[in-house]
Amino acid sequence: MNNSIKKILLSFLMMIVIASASAQENESIEMASGLYQSGKIYVVVIVISLIFIGITGYLISLDRKISKLEKEAKNK
Amino acid sequence: MKKNWWKIIAVVFVLYTLIAGFLIPVPAQAILHETIRNLYFHVPMWFSMMTILFISVWHSIKYLNKSDIQSDIIATQAAHVGMLAGALGLITGSFWAKYTWGAWWVADTKLNGAAITMLIYLAYFVLRGSIDEEQKRARIAAVYNIFAYVMLLVFLMVLPRMSDSLHPGNGGNPGFNKYDLDSNMRMVFYPAVIGWILFTVWIFTLKVRIEKLKRKNLIDE
Repeated sequence: MNNSIKKILLSFLMMIVIASASAQENESIEMASGLYQSGKIYVVVIVISLIFIGITGYLISLDRKISKLEKEAKNK
Repeated sequence: MKKNWWKIIAVVFVLYTLIAGFLIPVPAQAILHETIRNLYFHVPMWFSMMTILFISVWHSIKYLNKSDIQSDIIATQAAHVGMLAGALGLITGSFWAKYTWGAWWVADTKLNGAAITMLIYLAYFVLRGSIDEEQKRARIAAVYNIFAYVMLLVFLMVLPRMSDSLHPGNGGNPGFNKYDLDSNMRMVFYPAVIGWILFTVWIFTLKVRIEKLKRKNLIDE
């Protein structure tokens, strides 16, 4: 009688351990899936792209200005 | 336009990085979560820095060979832009560390090595500022620059590999193979590195051209 109670208790304990272990496995890693589902991530991408395009445009205009100055310096 | 094809590549690749870097799915990893996307932006800064500082030391060696002051201008401006990329790498890395490791800064071989490298290059500018005579300044700075690049290799490439570190790609691993395994990320990461390197090189060429114009104006006046 005593032995069987021990066995039941032990198996119960094992079940808890296994359950908690598998629960940890199933626990998904939190990602920004909501942002992807709602499609609002595209807003972020557009904003960042616009900023980068702006900086690029600025660099191109700088590049051209310097080219002009170089030409003027050559013709001097 | 013919000479500018690489600038177009730079812009297209970085733009692709910004779009694909946010939209292409990444592996779900504990602790990192979405911050794994920082790989497309933080790591290329260091690649850019190492490339540009290599250009710098290359022209320093060239200066020592031929004593052409143009090489000195290139070496200085390259070191400037290299410091910009390095500073951005440090700051972004610090933010990334705060939200994954829990601290702005940890006493780690890689992190401290990066900080020491920055200080060594700051000393390069202090050294330049302290010498008035142009030829002398260029020569001493060129010699110091070679020393600085060797120290950079030691602090960023050698020492971190010899000890364990929180930072990926250390403790004997030559790359960041853990993330590299994911082919999705590789599709964004490689163009990102090329794009950012070319982009910083573009900024560097602009700086060199401005500096040369400045010198020319000074001589003409």
